Amino acid sequence: MPDQVGLELIAGQLASKIPGAVRQTTFFRGRGSVEIEPATVRGVLASLRADHGYRALMSVHGVDYYPQEPRLGVHYELLDMERVDRLTVKLRVALAEPRVESVTPDWPTADHQEREIYDMFGVQFDGHPDLRRILMPEDYEGHPQRRDFPIGGEPVLFTHNDATGPGWTR
Amino acid sequence: MALTREPIEPGSLRARQMLARDMLRGDLEGFELEQHVEQSLLLTTLDKAVAWGRSNSIYPATFGLACCAIEMMSVVAARVDIARFGWEAFRASPRQADLLILSGRVSIKMAPVVRRIYDQMLEPKWAIAMGACSSSMGVFNNYAIVPADKFMPIDVHVPGCPPRPEALMHGILKLRKMIQDDPDMGWRERYDAEGTEEVLEGAEPAGA
Repeated sequence: MPDQVGLELIAGQLASKIPGAVRQTTFFRGRGSVEIEPATVRGVLASLRADHGYRALMSVHGVDYYPQEPRLGVHYELLDMERVDRLTVKLRVALAEPRVESVTPDWPTADHQEREIYDMFGVQFDGHPDLRRILMPEDYEGHPQRRDFPIGGEPVLFTHNDATGPGWTR
Repeated sequence: MALTREPIEPGSLRARQMLARDMLRGDLEGFELEQHVEQSLLLTTLDKAVAWGRSNSIYPATFGLACCAIEMMSVVAARVDIARFGWEAFRASPRQADLLILSGRVSIKMAPVVRRIYDQMLEPKWAIAMGACSSSMGVFNNYAIVPADKFMPIDVHVPGCPPRPEALMHGILKLRKMIQDDPDMGWRERYDAEGTEEVLEGAEPAGA
């Protein structure tokens, strides 16, 4: 992990290279994270790879910050494999227009993970080569990992509630 | 060594053997012959005999869905050993299988596949929903899982998470009893699951 000073140095260099990219930095329990402007994600990740040695994108996560706005978030976990040093890059997009530029052209490992975030949270990744559902059926409606998605799936037919069902257990 | 002769008790196995020998020789006549025939014959109906045969030679499909499948495998092993009841021959093709054990959770993407496998099995066929997930979705009460009762007829539900092999064995014995008694519960009509075997166009029917 970069320590707090190292995190600020990285954030400062990012901000001077890509103006307006860094929103804030957080250092919590030994883990540094940089929150960035969504539109600059490809430039920020490219800069972190070229200038700071974070050459592996370990994972991409989706987050729903309900009820805060902007609601949806995408986290990129970067790893410098020589120094065994990790950094989290976060961004937030509004539910009304959840569009993020895809990083799949730069990091092929993000392909399936962005598809999963699209499937579960409904974040649209512009420039993704094949953005479609990966886990849920293709004709499924809704994005089930959003916090306001109703809990509970198919109702179970027990004998006591079968009056409303098709009557198979009667 | 002295040879001792013991009198043959009437009704003993030895006495019946002697009677059978006499009958084969043609020495039995009249009342004795009638009595012997009455004692030797076991009368039943053809349906019951067929059901008895079916219940003791079930071929389950080699079909595991999740963690329950591990318990299902151990049912075949030495400790519980369903081979005692003639159920041990797991067939890799639904065409050869009589029993589908839904061993685990069925996702909404898997449900059409499971139903198709069930439809491809030849009559007579049975299904066991093993574990909480395939009966009532268990701990996965969410968007991804569907209970088996929603899409196919289930003959026996085995509760548990996962059920111990003994529990599955209990369910299997219940199903065995069910096959022997053959109570037609009308499951398959309700699920529109009769005559669903897919026959290829232009295929020669067997024995033609």
